[in-house]
Amino acid sequence: MISVRNLWKVFGSNPEAIIGSPDAALTRQELRAKTGNTIAVRDVSFDVAPGEVFVVMGLSGSGKSTLVRCMTRLIEPTQGELRFEDEDILKVDEKRLRELRKTRFSMVFQHFGLLPHRKVIDNVAYSLEINGVGKSERHARANEVIDLVGLQGYAQAYPEQLSGGMQQRVGLARALAVDPQVLFLDEPFSALDPLIRRDMQTEVIRLHHQLGKTMVFITHDLAEAVKLGDRIAIMRDGAIVQIGTPEELVAQPADDYVANFVRDFPKSHILTLRWIARKPQPGEDLNGPILAPSITVRNATRQIIESSLPIRVMENGNLLGVVTAVEVLHLISGQD
Amino acid sequence: MATTLLSKPANEPAPVVAKKSKLSFQLSLLTGSFLFFALLLRGIATLPLDTSSLTSFQNWLNSVSDWIGNNRTSNPVFTFFINVIRDFIDTFVTGIQDLISQAVGNNASPLLGWFGIVVMLSYLAYAVANLRIALLVCGGLISLGLLGYWQESMDTLALTLAAVVLALIVGIPLGICAGLFPRFEKIITPALDFAQVMPTFVYLTPVTLFFLIGPASATIVTMVYAIPPALRITAVALHEVPWSSVEAAISMGSTRMQALRKVQLPQAKRTIVVGINQTIMAALSMVTIAALIDAPGLGRVVIRALESLDIGSSFQAGLGIVILAVVLDRTTTAAASKVDAENSHLLDHKHHRQILKIGALLSLIAIIISRIYIWAGNFPGTGVLGHDIATYTDNATNWFQAHFVNVTNAITNAISYGLLNPLQSLLTNSPWFVTGLAFVLLAAILGGRKLALVATFCVLGIVGTGLWSDTMATLASVLVASIATVTIGIVVGVWIGRSKRADQIIRPILDAGQVLPAFVYLVPFLGLFGATRFTAIMAAIVYAAPASIKLMADGIAGIPASISEAGIAAGSSKWQMIIKVQLPSARRAVALSTNQGIIYVLAMVVVGGLVGAGGLGYLVVAGFAQLNLTGKGLAAGLAIVLLGILLDRITQAAAVRSTLQGK
Ligand SMILES: Nc1ncnc2c1ncn2[C@@H]1O[C@H](COP(=O)(O)OP(=O)(O)OP(=O)(O)O)[C@@H](O)[C@H]1O
Ligand SMILES: [Mg+2]
Repeated sequence: MISVRNLWKVFGSNPEAIIGSPDAALTRQELRAKTGNTIAVRDVSFDVAPGEVFVVMGLSGSGKSTLVRCMTRLIEPTQGELRFEDEDILKVDEKRLRELRKTRFSMVFQHFGLLPHRKVIDNVAYSLEINGVGKSERHARANEVIDLVGLQGYAQAYPEQLSGGMQQRVGLARALAVDPQVLFLDEPFSALDPLIRRDMQTEVIRLHHQLGKTMVFITHDLAEAVKLGDRIAIMRDGAIVQIGTPEELVAQPADDYVANFVRDFPKSHILTLRWIARKPQPGEDLNGPILAPSITVRNATRQIIESSLPIRVMENGNLLGVVTAVEVLHLISGQD
Repeated sequence: MATTLLSKPANEPAPVVAKKSKLSFQLSLLTGSFLFFALLLRGIATLPLDTSSLTSFQNWLNSVSDWIGNNRTSNPVFTFFINVIRDFIDTFVTGIQDLISQAVGNNASPLLGWFGIVVMLSYLAYAVANLRIALLVCGGLISLGLLGYWQESMDTLALTLAAVVLALIVGIPLGICAGLFPRFEKIITPALDFAQVMPTFVYLTPVTLFFLIGPASATIVTMVYAIPPALRITAVALHEVPWSSVEAAISMGSTRMQALRKVQLPQAKRTIVVGINQTIMAALSMVTIAALIDAPGLGRVVIRALESLDIGSSFQAGLGIVILAVVLDRTTTAAASKVDAENSHLLDHKHHRQILKIGALLSLIAIIISRIYIWAGNFPGTGVLGHDIATYTDNATNWFQAHFVNVTNAITNAISYGLLNPLQSLLTNSPWFVTGLAFVLLAAILGGRKLALVATFCVLGIVGTGLWSDTMATLASVLVASIATVTIGIVVGVWIGRSKRADQIIRPILDAGQVLPAFVYLVPFLGLFGATRFTAIMAAIVYAAPASIKLMADGIAGIPASISEAGIAAGSSKWQMIIKVQLPSARRAVALSTNQGIIYVLAMVVVGGLVGAGGLGYLVVAGFAQLNLTGKGLAAGLAIVLLGILLDRITQAAAVRSTLQGK
């Protein structure tokens, strides 16, 4: 649905000259000192499938916001290719771009970006308004999405009268008002406290199930990434170092940077039996209980520990391997 | 001399000991050698010039002015451009005057009689602000009538309104451009800085040269002065709008225009209203000064009275200006807070709208009445109250002068013999190249090569105007007044910077002081000191002190708590805290408040030319009055500009220098 190829964004003067020159290999600080440029996005490629929740993760300054803004051309990329449903986004003119933004793409921002001088309903209806939708019609639609995000009764309030969590619900409602195909969310919940954040994550999951929108979701919180993401891309200094399912990242981090990221995350919550099953040793009793490989270790732990025999991990009648308490303990204690 | 004053900020203890002592060493060396050479070579190359003699440059300016006079009706630049502008503005201003101040045709009163105006303006005040302000406007306007200056006040108001409307029409769109396009802002900022550093006085002559004396010139002069605040604050207002909401609007497919109209402007509204307040106050201040080029209104009354040393009348008319200033300021300030209230959605719109409709109806009725009945047309009576005030002021002044002549003389003499005379004789007797070189070196020390170049340019320019000696006389007054201003600025600034309580009491007074047009300050001091340099110097101090104090107080109050706490934890006493911790940390504030102090002082000292202060200001005034001195007046204006740039750049460099040192 979306396909990004070799995308670059270089800040500073004469950005094109950096790409392809030896300077591009320098670290951020070195390049900053030498030419004053910053490479915010470095040769990034990936695809997002329809209906997928694609999460981009990375430390502060790694270029996440720049990347997501490049995808809607809020920031003009320096080089690369960007396709949305076979349309070359980087080539379309201003008018078409606005049309795409009005109807296909929506964004949700970390600091909400609500319009303080407008009521909730007029905030939500803003994009319909600039689409030329009549007042009664756009208010009807706005009320619909306000209900959808659980803000019944607040249509006439002003943003500053709402709590942070509610404000971001307005942000979500505003993004959903035009029924876009893709939602871009730039750290939408980072400014919220943990409890509210959890509610909002659940809300997004619910909306995703209900509406099935494609989402590009930026976060720096691994738990959030794992909870929401079908796939996760990890960024460092502008480049993507690894893309994979949460399970793949945890099980096979591409390098120390990624490993560092996932280190503190309880692996048993993500990894399935497939990852810890081992070849049965000769003479081992293969009459233990059978479990599917897709069950997470956490959910299987009780059975594994209670069983006196090794658990058999079977898929379509084939034995993939066995699992005992030893493997579980290894995983939990982090010495696999 | 300049060095002793300007080195102040740099002399504070700095963390970088080596650098600091190097700088203060350089500055003392410069001061020392300047004094040495100035005294050694005194009397040589001092470039004096009689008031009535002209240099060839000044003669040339005269001939330029003559040429313009002769070609005004034939040269296409005039007939197709300048005269067209003049006619347009004249028509506009006269239209407003016909409406509120000047009798039209055979009628005895303007289109709107006083009664109609009072009701209508009170109603408008209610509409943009609240009931309290409406009452203030009503009371203020009526007291203007009671003072006996109804028509003059309305003339001033008409000119102010005309200039404000035009200034906003130009200033707000340009401000929006500056807010949207950083590049445009960058280009336009130096021009704005320049316009704001200029003493208002110097605009007058060049503008009259092109647009003749009269309402059009007065309006243009006022516009030039009032556009910068309008433009600047509009740009700031747009910058203040959080980028996140603009970005959100664009991400939803808004065009740039839609984002501006629906997102940025609504959020910038409040600050823009504040900008309108500043524009109005600047315009009022300038309109009164424009009386010098024959703008009608209260300013003219004040100037006539000042020139004939009629304290009573000048006070009476000055009071009128103050009332007008307070009314305009309060109304627009309240309008800004009302925008705030609207933004926080506290207003009951329906109820409000009904009252507004009724009010509009009442205004209409009042206007009709004021056109039918004589009593409602021309303000009745001849200003009984005003006459009493004038008499009372005269008596009070006489009494004061009789009883305190010793005190005022003592002050005058102390400052004259202790400071002003020696300084003036030092500066006017020193060879121009010694003083000029001292300025260039000072600039080089504080700001490096580029600033030294600017200083060289200014010094040579002043010499070129042929008015070096007069410039030095003006400089002496400016320096004395600045020293006093900065001292007051630091003392009071530290005091209110340290005490919330003092701040709460004093700041409103300072704010009020800044609202008044410059030359009403001359009035009380004229009563005390007569027509001398002192009136100008004292007025300059009072005029400049608020800006200086405020900057200082903000600097002290802005010192991070951690620094102050460290000082207290180290067991410093109150004075140790002030001298060793707070003043050094607020070094930049000291420098900035010096800078602002000097700029304000310069503006006022030249206005003092009206009341007996000599120097450049007097020449500018003489240039208005005598045709053969027009060129000299223009040259004097130019010299003021150059002196202003010189002082401004050098003190700014000192501010930058002290910021760097603090780090
Ligand atoms: N307009 C700009 N001009 C110059 N450099 C910029 C600009 N915007 C971002 N950068 C730089 O690009 C890099 C990436 O910034 P970006 O905001 O994309 O990071 P991020 O991953 O979103 O960080 P965070 O988690 O803090 O939001 C940073 O080094 C930043 O300093
Ligand atoms: Mg970011």
